[in-house]
Amino acid sequence: MTRALTLLRRRLLGSTFVLLIVVIGTFLLLEAAPGDAVDAYIVSTGGDTGMIELLRHRWGLDQSELTRLANYLWALLHLDLGQSVTFSRPIRDVILERLPTTLLLMGSATALSFGLGSSLGIYAGARPGSFRDRFLSIGSLALYAVPGFWLGLVLIVIFAVDLRWLPIGGIETIASSKTGLARAADIAIHLVLPVSALGFIYLALYLRMMRAGMAEAWRQDFVLAARSRGLSRRRIVLAHVARNALLPLVTMLGLQSAQMLGGSVVIESVFAVPGLGRLAQEAVAARDTPLLLGIILTSAVLVIVVNLLVDVAYAFLDPRVGASEAGA
Amino acid sequence: MSGFTISRRTMLAGSAALLASTAMPTIGWAQTPKKGGRLVVAADSEPRNLNPAIVASNGVFFISSKVVETLAEASFDGKDGLQPRLALSWEGAADGLSVTFKLRDGVKWHDGKPFTSADVAFSALQIWKPLQNLGRTVFKDLAAVDTPDELTAVFKFAKPTPFQLIRNALPALSSVVPKHVYETGKIEENPANNAPVGTGPFKFAEYKAGQYYRLQKNTDYWGKDEPWLDEIVYQVLPDRTSAAAALEAEEIQLAAFSAVPLADLDRISKVPGLKVITKGYEGLTYQLVVEINHRRKELADLKVRQAIAHAIDKDFVVKTVFLGYAATATGPVPKNDPQFYTADVPTYAFDVAKANALLDEAGYKKGPDGKRFSLKLLPAPYFNETKQFGDYLRQALAAIGIDAELVNNDSPAHIKAVYTDHAFDLAVGPPVFRGDPAISTTILVQSGIPDGVPFSNQGGYKNEDLDALIAKASETLDTAARTELYKEFQKKVAADLPLINVAEWSFISVARDTVGKIANNPRWAVSNWADTYLAG
Repeated sequence: MTRALTLLRRRLLGSTFVLLIVVIGTFLLLEAAPGDAVDAYIVSTGGDTGMIELLRHRWGLDQSELTRLANYLWALLHLDLGQSVTFSRPIRDVILERLPTTLLLMGSATALSFGLGSSLGIYAGARPGSFRDRFLSIGSLALYAVPGFWLGLVLIVIFAVDLRWLPIGGIETIASSKTGLARAADIAIHLVLPVSALGFIYLALYLRMMRAGMAEAWRQDFVLAARSRGLSRRRIVLAHVARNALLPLVTMLGLQSAQMLGGSVVIESVFAVPGLGRLAQEAVAARDTPLLLGIILTSAVLVIVVNLLVDVAYAFLDPRVGASEAGA
Repeated sequence: MSGFTISRRTMLAGSAALLASTAMPTIGWAQTPKKGGRLVVAADSEPRNLNPAIVASNGVFFISSKVVETLAEASFDGKDGLQPRLALSWEGAADGLSVTFKLRDGVKWHDGKPFTSADVAFSALQIWKPLQNLGRTVFKDLAAVDTPDELTAVFKFAKPTPFQLIRNALPALSSVVPKHVYETGKIEENPANNAPVGTGPFKFAEYKAGQYYRLQKNTDYWGKDEPWLDEIVYQVLPDRTSAAAALEAEEIQLAAFSAVPLADLDRISKVPGLKVITKGYEGLTYQLVVEINHRRKELADLKVRQAIAHAIDKDFVVKTVFLGYAATATGPVPKNDPQFYTADVPTYAFDVAKANALLDEAGYKKGPDGKRFSLKLLPAPYFNETKQFGDYLRQALAAIGIDAELVNNDSPAHIKAVYTDHAFDLAVGPPVFRGDPAISTTILVQSGIPDGVPFSNQGGYKNEDLDALIAKASETLDTAARTELYKEFQKKVAADLPLINVAEWSFISVARDTVGKIANNPRWAVSNWADTYLAG
């Protein structure tokens, strides 16, 4: 247990610096982008100088970059994410409204790609070099090469437009006033297509990693030992070979969480899912700096937490990890 | 018309149904009108402020015009192209110093309070004039609004203001909001800006960010037996391809504002049960314009501008970029405008040889590499068509030896580069013609506009003759004389080419053929939809 705690303490300390760098970097990047929130706003309205000055003043954009950055960091220190200029609402509320949707989408997609990917990987890795191994490896690679939005559109055309089995988008039936279990079922049905689109793309990674790990493990002495003890092939595959190949996959799970967030920007737009990814895209388009900073901070915290969990899980799975830090 | 088509429908039903499904979608009219039902409409963006009195823009009107009404709406056959809404009549004084509105009796706000002239006075003086994007220009000389009784509002102007301008501005600029809701606190921060309260046929019910807006029938609406629909739901579909899919899957019944891309229309029009409608946007014409930075020495030369005009094949642009859903332009007023348009202007036929000759004459000979000079070309990113025209223009310019470098920005970056930093030589812009040249058209060529004003002359163009003409027209009260001045304006612009008008286009709706009374006024998509129905 102390190993996990030490790990936690060390990671939290490092994370704070990471977050600070993320915030300042994002702020500077957005400042470097031409046009500000007011420029983005007047695209759809037009307006004269008086109106434009008024807006810049009201949104605090007439202050210098440094003042705004300092103000932002100061507010952040008080755990205040500020006010969104596009939504005229506290950013915390806007993000909290979208976060569950994205977590649900990403969690389900990760579970799908990890579960299905590693299972298929075990299936392929059980007999490296066999036909099924080659078929699955090449098939998953092809899927990985497909752009997310295209896969999404194809799924929509087949399952929502032609077959009409599933809804084309959204997170739930609009204005349906469903509650409880009926609502959960409704959300689940709406998630099938976006989760598949997002999950299938990353499936290849887990599949190939599992397969490669297993191919490696087959050559190890302990496999030979297990064989000589007369264990069934099934037992060797699952309890010895696959188990040893699993560790790198857990690492991948942490790394993937960041990638998934990026992928969800596209998938959320295609499927009209009101999540964090789409919000980020809207924030960039509207040059809503504080909102985008809030989203990036949230995502960064999310990624850090997931990786922390992965590390802790790792420490439990493999006794060697963190052993040297226990005494430090 | 509809009686005829209904009988034809019946006749065709049955054996000819298959034929009808391919031949009729574009002219298909809804069957038996029925009360009630929910109309689901695609929305591609979520306006951050839904108060049409503050933000007079199509994105806001699309949703809010069903909730908040204007004094008058545009009409195909009404007098002066208008039909009454909250005002029953309007009359301008001969001296141009006042306009009298007689208001509709028995109108109630959605919260039950009566609508009176005080609301009109409040909206005009506290919102349209100081806060509204367009009203700040049109109502700049509005000094007071007298309310002799509850149903009369008299607008008093400090300087003579043409009645024709005020009339033409009514459909877009005169959204009336309730005084009792807005009089306390800052108007810009009023919660009703995000949940509007009005007098319209629909009440604002709810908004789920990123998902939908829901409007509900106003049972106390002043229009007899209106509205027909129980609900309108705007489903937010950010991806343009998904609107077409949602229509096909019958999840939505209407996609307005060209939510279905032009390239998909041909296919969509063949889907049974869907119809493509090009009408109902006559009052919302967008103009495809080449904006010119006259600070560039070469472009300050009229011959070079004429050469560029001759190098553009407008028919090709209409056919290829707009797939035929547009018209070629002759000048700064679109052809479909019933009041001001004149065809009697200098025109520039597509003629590459002539363009080359003009450039030679101007002294810009081709270099050994076949190039005369290089330019920076910034196509506005707001529409697919403006971007595609940018690609075309680059090729058209290459044909006359002008090397254009395309610079692609996103919307805020484009706005800043063109209208604040003037970091462009040529730009492609889509200004809107709003029924009167004084609202948002003369500003495109007039000089003396401060830096940073979007959709205005930021190309450094200055023509004293033209400025004087614009100034004179803005204070000419007589409608006929004023119209004549704007015809003169079109001639001068087409002759001197401060900018080059290439094409004019508007939007397209795709709807299921159960949706009735679509496109029955020139601003249909942004009108109140009180008579729109879903056939049973």
